[in-house]
Amino acid sequence: MASKLKIKVNGLVHSVSASLDTPLLYVLHNELHLHGPRFGCGLAQCGACSVLLDGKEIRSCVTPVAAVSGRAVTTLEGLPALYAQQRGTTAATPVLHPIQQAWIDIQVPHCGYCQNGMMIQAADLLSTTKNPTEDQIRTAMNGHLCRCGTYPRILSAIQQAAGVIAKGGK
Amino acid sequence: MTGFMHEKEFSRKAFVKGGGSLVIGLSLVGAGSARAANNPGATLAGHTGALPGPPDPAQIDSWLQINPDNTVTLFHGWAEMGQGSPTAVRMIAAEELGLSMDQVGAAQIDTNVSLSAFAAGSSSTLTAMGSTSMRGAAAAARTLLVDMAAAQLGVPASSLSVSNGVVSGGGKSLKYSDLMAGKAFNSTVAAVNPTLTSPSNYRLIGKAVPRIDIPDIVTGKLTYVQNVRVPGMLHGRVVRPLGQAALGQGAKLLSLDKSSIAHLPSVQIVQKGNFLGVVAPLEYDAIQAAAQLKVTWDNTPSLPGSGNLEASLRNPANLLTSTLAVNAGDVGTGLASAAKTVSSSYFTAYQSHAPLGPNCAVADVTSNGALILSFTQAAYLLTRASVSAALGMPAASVRVEVYPASGTYGHSGYDDAAISAALLSQAVGKPVRVQFMRWDETGWDQFGAAQATDVRAGIDGNGKLVAYDYTAYNTGWTQVIESAAELSGTPLPAKSPAGQIDTVNSGSFYTVPNRRVTSNAIDGYKGFFKAIWLRAPGAPQAVFASEQTIDALAHAANMDPIAFRTQNIDATQTSGVARWIDALNAVAKAARWQPAVSAAKLASGNVVKGRGVAVGGFAGSYPAIIADITVNKKTGVITVDHVYAAQDAGTTVNPASVENQMVGCCVQGVGRAILEEVRFSKVRQTSLDWISYPVLRFKQAPQVTTVVVQRLDLPPSGSGEPTTAAVPAAIANAFFDATGVRLYRMPMTPAYVRDVLRSA
Repeated sequence: MASKLKIKVNGLVHSVSASLDTPLLYVLHNELHLHGPRFGCGLAQCGACSVLLDGKEIRSCVTPVAAVSGRAVTTLEGLPALYAQQRGTTAATPVLHPIQQAWIDIQVPHCGYCQNGMMIQAADLLSTTKNPTEDQIRTAMNGHLCRCGTYPRILSAIQQAAGVIAKGGK
Repeated sequence: MTGFMHEKEFSRKAFVKGGGSLVIGLSLVGAGSARAANNPGATLAGHTGALPGPPDPAQIDSWLQINPDNTVTLFHGWAEMGQGSPTAVRMIAAEELGLSMDQVGAAQIDTNVSLSAFAAGSSSTLTAMGSTSMRGAAAAARTLLVDMAAAQLGVPASSLSVSNGVVSGGGKSLKYSDLMAGKAFNSTVAAVNPTLTSPSNYRLIGKAVPRIDIPDIVTGKLTYVQNVRVPGMLHGRVVRPLGQAALGQGAKLLSLDKSSIAHLPSVQIVQKGNFLGVVAPLEYDAIQAAAQLKVTWDNTPSLPGSGNLEASLRNPANLLTSTLAVNAGDVGTGLASAAKTVSSSYFTAYQSHAPLGPNCAVADVTSNGALILSFTQAAYLLTRASVSAALGMPAASVRVEVYPASGTYGHSGYDDAAISAALLSQAVGKPVRVQFMRWDETGWDQFGAAQATDVRAGIDGNGKLVAYDYTAYNTGWTQVIESAAELSGTPLPAKSPAGQIDTVNSGSFYTVPNRRVTSNAIDGYKGFFKAIWLRAPGAPQAVFASEQTIDALAHAANMDPIAFRTQNIDATQTSGVARWIDALNAVAKAARWQPAVSAAKLASGNVVKGRGVAVGGFAGSYPAIIADITVNKKTGVITVDHVYAAQDAGTTVNPASVENQMVGCCVQGVGRAILEEVRFSKVRQTSLDWISYPVLRFKQAPQVTTVVVQRLDLPPSGSGEPTTAAVPAAIANAFFDATGVRLYRMPMTPAYVRDVLRSA
């Protein structure tokens, strides 16, 4: 049975209609038309659907929409604004989060389907660990699968983004 | 000036005749795809999307259109598969047209607009670089434009130059758009017979150019087919057993309890033969209905079980035909004369494409025709053909519009999804979106072929090959059978898929007087799975067997494995195979290879290191691989620390994309080498998700070093797949270097490695 719900996504409160147990992913996709989080397995095994919930990475394919009520959801589309907020600046939101810029500079993606979850997880990591070691990066990212095999370049891109963030840059 | 008619408006009767008769999918117009606005300034009727294609590839206008803002729109058919092909095609067009990259765009691939192409990533730039393909059309267009400018300016064409779409000479200049003024070229490429740009004058080809789509990928702006939504659309899911049975036995529906989903009143059930699906306005309702609908499927055993697969492939009762693909000299005499011989049997399991995002399609089927929004490698040759066959409609009544999707690595379930959506839409009379669940995609894939392989070879006292005898057993990997079509009653091919033989990676580049290659075609209807092309089709299987044999012979000859290979490859540049030596030298240099006999200094202890080399390719390219590994002899775990890859693919159009592809080939190749295996019981497939079909994870990823051996003097060959071919063999050879023990089964899983080491 569909319920009327309010969920906060990328800083805005949206009214949505869904049964309480509907996984958040389908609400983000079909009601809010966000393309960042994507269906990969529906089993929380791959991470293509990841979003940040109050800044921590979760799997939207297994998270009931009711569980995010009163909390802040950030999708790939909301990463630049989140970065501005985390820096505490009053300056305008940058076009890209340093992670997104690094992904372009290093030319990370092949098909790009998994990269949403990779960037979301990397944003979570770099928000708490300023200069992660290679081992810390590999451990943090290990729950995200890339079938194209972009792991080596993701590693380089996270290291570049960490350097940019450490310098307070954008 | 040849055949140029810029005074006349172009009209192509083939396109104009019957214009507007195909009115389909009206409910979708303006939604998601840019159908109506695909090409608003179309010069040709054929580019408005009003009529079914493909356009004639001999015509320049079929390939490109000069726009009023002095940009160019291409109508090529090579889809983005995560390999950067559309960027490379734009580079080729921009190169020959004298344009900058930002002046070249492309129409969405659409069977009412685009050229037909088989968009295998490895061969797309190869075919686009052809003089009768994208490159030739662009060069012909430039030739005609310069001729027009010469006529208008009253100067010889040879005195003019082109930069950014402006023809200049004698202090005057004219833009392409002014020269064309909305008209068409109306000429074939052949009639112009254009001179192609010389490699010494390349501005773009061979330079590292960033991929055009990456900014949209990293911001979530790219519309994957999984993101497409259209008005009035319903969500569909297929209902199948968890895992397919053998080819020809895919699934048999015995009974169906519709009341089991009575609590989901919005759901419609669709059945056609053994094809079963559900459709609902809300996606989660369709997902729940598919999971909860009570269905009894036939559970009669039809498979040997994955543990018995090799024996089944080698069972003479399953053999269809045995063919000598190569028979040079006399292998028997050669082996008898050899100072040392090696003889081994190998096995490679079925491996899945397993795209990270399960395939998805939206279909709108009416009595007038079908509109399919889908990903595909070949919009005409595969998707339009298979959907029209499944619907019983003429191909010209089916329109396919192509969106990017999750990487496919060959023929994954994209057409299965398109057919499923089409069957559901046809049944409910509304547009239907079908996305496969994880278990539908992995559990109903057509796989990279399992193969059993025997290799015998011998050397003389100087370490020169004297005989090479290779025999492969497989069901082939070329016959497309879509599950939705099979289940809904489309007849299967009468004949079993034929066996397939890799005649390149079976010793072809070694100098050996007595060589025999035997293809044992196994009857795919005798308890096997559908097999189809998976990245570098057939090559990893062949190289795993052949290059371990070569490595074993190097060891027997007490020689460094690279020196042994180099000694047995004809180094004469005209031999055609000397490029393997170039690739070997390039990879050896990158890896700082220290010549040594393999396994000469075995370390004690449970954790040992090794380094191995292998060569082997696909699609006419020349890759060489070196792998550094660590083996834990107690756990059986192989950790691949570093993979070095060198690849000569002739002209590498965009080294930036190709190096990225090489990284992916190495990482995916490691996963295929040590992890990936489709498992099954005697009833059905049991590898259904990322736990039961594991792929390489972040912590397991090797460092990768890539070297592009650039040969701008040579035509391009495949560049997105070949580097995969030799990765498993290089790892196996490194394992021997580390342990002195050979592995004969791929994937080289910890359990298998422990078994081998225990009995060694």
